[in-house]
Amino acid sequence: MKQGPYYQRDRQWQPPALTRDYKTSVSRSPQYSMISLETTVSEATGPVFGHNDIDPLDRDLLSNYAKPGESPIGERIILHGRVLDENARPVSNTLVEIWQANAGGRYRHKKDTYLAPIDPNFGGCGRTLTDENGCYSFRTVKPGAYPWRNWVNSWRPAHIHISVFGEAFAQRLITQCYFEGDPLIAKCPIVSTIPDPEAIEQLIARLDMNATIPLDTIAYKLDIVLRGRRSTLFENRPEGN
Amino acid sequence: MRQQLDYLKESPSQTAGPYVHIGLAPGAAGFDIYKQELGWDIAGPNADGERIRVEGTVIDGMGSPIKDVLLEAWQANSRGIYAHPEHPGEVEDGFRGWGRVITDFETGEWAFETIKPGPIQDGGGVMAPHISLWIVARGINIGLNTRLYFEDESEANSRDPVINLIEWERRRQTLLARRSTRDGKIVYRFDIKLQGEDETVFFDI
Ligand SMILES: [Fe+3]
Repeated sequence: MKQGPYYQRDRQWQPPALTRDYKTSVSRSPQYSMISLETTVSEATGPVFGHNDIDPLDRDLLSNYAKPGESPIGERIILHGRVLDENARPVSNTLVEIWQANAGGRYRHKKDTYLAPIDPNFGGCGRTLTDENGCYSFRTVKPGAYPWRNWVNSWRPAHIHISVFGEAFAQRLITQCYFEGDPLIAKCPIVSTIPDPEAIEQLIARLDMNATIPLDTIAYKLDIVLRGRRSTLFENRPEGN
Repeated sequence: MRQQLDYLKESPSQTAGPYVHIGLAPGAAGFDIYKQELGWDIAGPNADGERIRVEGTVIDGMGSPIKDVLLEAWQANSRGIYAHPEHPGEVEDGFRGWGRVITDFETGEWAFETIKPGPIQDGGGVMAPHISLWIVARGINIGLNTRLYFEDESEANSRDPVINLIEWERRRQTLLARRSTRDGKIVYRFDIKLQGEDETVFFDI
């Protein structure tokens, strides 16, 4: 079957541009309506990555910046899951990139001045390609919560930033992964930019005892869903109209 | 039994935050970790066509350039072919058509070097040469999509089906990159305004 346009993005499920409780959005949110565009070839295509682009070690944050024989401080975790589309089809061979703070909540970034220490053995980024079933996995430490300037006393829940490409520029997505049971999730104005509580649940990784490695690493699972695509069952519009 | 629609929902987007560089451009965050960072070479050494530099800023509602933006560009080659298995036609060896740039932390300026894309066949029609842009930053809850068109392609632009979707002709101007020459190089200037009278047109793609 021929592949058609991508399903319209559900703008009542996705966060709107203007969310006053997340203060930075106020001056960075477009105010005119977006122009809705049916998928053209420019959106139905997107960059393709291969195993030459990355190194197998890139997905292991426990070792990709650590000195030989050392490892970062913190709770050792596996973050894994599948990348699917809205038709529940696996998205294979797609690039997944992550970044995060260390176990103390500090980023290795020249603009981060939080007083928690930099971990000399932790860079804080990783990347991988999904396999033929859409599966990805990273090894890392659980990030710490950190304070930020929004209200006087605002703390981000522990989170890992995730970037995914999919097969088309229309599927490009950046999001964040949270961890089951964190009481800060409900208090976070960035989480609350998402209007639907069910949608928020979709970003909370679950403890996955089956994927946990005994005496070694605890596992969390997060599936990521990218936009789905219509199959053209019937050709209603003649070419060129 | 009530019939079920078993579609999944797209994962909700979250802001890329102020530290997006760590994940997507770690060199800019202040450390080297990967053997190669992706997205610095859009066209590659073998691409045909006119070599150009594209530069600009992203301006917030206060009129200030945003200094923590990350932009991605997606474009066809000079014959209008995308480097993607679904698009028939060949691209030059090393042409990926995708790039990623960040703004300067002090000035908010961004720039990339590439080749000027050609017109693109779509369905039965033709789109004017353009580069698709995707913009993320702290304070942007879901990546913004826009298109950069070239001011010197007025003939093709006037027939472009996407430009013509924009009802207000004055707003179409916000998608035009301005051409100039500097030190013998062709430079296109494209400032993106998130708010205000000249707010850039963004697309819900
Ligand atoms: Fe963060």
